[in-house]
Amino acid sequence: MSVSVQEADFDAGAEIAALSAGRDDVGAVASFVGLVRADKAATVGAGATAAVQAMTLEHYPGMTEKALEAIVTEARGRWDIYGVRVIHRVGKLQPGDRIVFVAVASAHRGEAFAACEFIMDYLKTRAPFWKKEDTAEGGRWVDARESDDQAAGRWKGAQK
Amino acid sequence: MMNVKILFFAGLREALGTGSESIALPAGVGTVGALRDHLAARGAPWSALATTKNLRSAVNQQMVGPDAAIEAGDEVAFFPPVTGG
Repeated sequence: MSVSVQEADFDAGAEIAALSAGRDDVGAVASFVGLVRADKAATVGAGATAAVQAMTLEHYPGMTEKALEAIVTEARGRWDIYGVRVIHRVGKLQPGDRIVFVAVASAHRGEAFAACEFIMDYLKTRAPFWKKEDTAEGGRWVDARESDDQAAGRWKGAQK
Repeated sequence: MMNVKILFFAGLREALGTGSESIALPAGVGTVGALRDHLAARGAPWSALATTKNLRSAVNQQMVGPDAAIEAGDEVAFFPPVTGG
């Protein structure tokens, strides 16, 4: 299974090793691990700020897996890649926790790097996950960032 | 007659106080945008469907725009822009 949505943590090293296990044609594995950042302050209510103590990830069961698989399929169509692994955690997470993992195996680094970044950029704008920050002042849904749309948009029409 | 299942997520779900409902598709409601307008016309708190910035939608778990057609038996979802990763 190349896509997983789960509450449990993951072992990035084991996942990377699995992508080339038993084969000798993989020359590159590029990977990305996203972590929950302990932002010093989040805006709460009328401009007040409070430290982020935890984060809760909500998702759309069923659609989430389909969206991630569609992104992986699109990456496979754009680059000659041998294996892909995507893991996204949901539920309550603490600062420093791993939240997302993407790894791509290919013959050469160029395709592995590009496909890995493409998958992350599309995941940020197309996969139905939502982050809620918990602070001493209460909860706050994270706003989508325009820079994420721009990052995904630069792949439009881009060839390998 | 088959109903339409409607799902709400994240801040929109909290604003509405519910994550899902099932209704008979009202006469004249044939698109995602028309369904959104129909629900928003219920008044508070449902007007959140009209005021949520950059509201996103999906039909049968595929992201679509407001012009997408819907019919009885579909699963329609409304949610704010996604923030995973």
